[in-house]
Amino acid sequence: MPFKDKLYRLAKRLLVSTEEAEDATQEILLKLWSKNKAMEGYNNVEAFAMTMTKNFCLDRLKSKQAGNLTLVHSNYGDGNSSLQQQVEAKDSIGWVEKIMEELPEQQKMVLQLRDVEEYDFDEIGALLDMKPTAIRVALSRARKTVREKLMQKHSYGIG
Amino acid sequence: MESDNIEKLLEKYFEATATVAEEETLRAYFAQESVATHLEQYAPMFQYFSNAKKERYTKQVALKPRRNYTKWLSVAAVAVLMVGIYFGNDYRQQQLEEREKALLAYNETKKALSLLAENFERGTEKVAYLNQFEETKQKIYSND
Repeated sequence: MPFKDKLYRLAKRLLVSTEEAEDATQEILLKLWSKNKAMEGYNNVEAFAMTMTKNFCLDRLKSKQAGNLTLVHSNYGDGNSSLQQQVEAKDSIGWVEKIMEELPEQQKMVLQLRDVEEYDFDEIGALLDMKPTAIRVALSRARKTVREKLMQKHSYGIG
Repeated sequence: MESDNIEKLLEKYFEATATVAEEETLRAYFAQESVATHLEQYAPMFQYFSNAKKERYTKQVALKPRRNYTKWLSVAAVAVLMVGIYFGNDYRQQQLEEREKALLAYNETKKALSLLAENFERGTEKVAYLNQFEETKQKIYSND
């Protein structure tokens, strides 16, 4: 399936944990597979699959919260700044990921869909059931938050 | 100057009014080595987004075409049932025959045994005579 990477990335963005995201993606792919025939009726399979992934992940998060569980993931990196500049640059790229983890779900999704998957506003609107203005606000807020937090991290690194 | 343009695009970017193409320009700009120093701080963001796009779903999903096995299952079940009934009947017949044979054999044996017993009976009768003889003999001896 050509867009399974997109599904996986969205799942990972929302669920953070690699394993959880893999499970979620697998689940979605299997669901899609079982609906193989019905799928010809949908004119945009990718958007349909993305919506499915989004809903699945949000459900998953909700059930985790209801069960008073936090997501466990092992893909931590240590936040220590290293001596080499190159490694440092890599570190700050990693920071962006950490910062994005802290964003509210909606902003996370908007940022993921727009900046990583390069969807346009119409597609995002259809996917997330949002008006273009709302998307713009969320996106702007998310980007600014990332910038701010990144600046903070940078100044900590220097100071 | 290129960085002026980039700055303008950045502003639009953070207000979320930039188009997809403009954002692509930004990503391309920050992906290269020579980034203006005052813009360097934004580089990690765009580099991260470019990197994130490269992440792949590597897990293999076994998607086997799920055929409708239920239809064949019923066919197989019926076949097994037919075989069962066919051979089962045969078996029952066999069992019945065997029982009849066994009954016959039993009866024959019984007949034979009763014949034997009859003959034995006759034997005992003769032995009874023998007893008589002995008694008489004793009587004769005691008379002496």
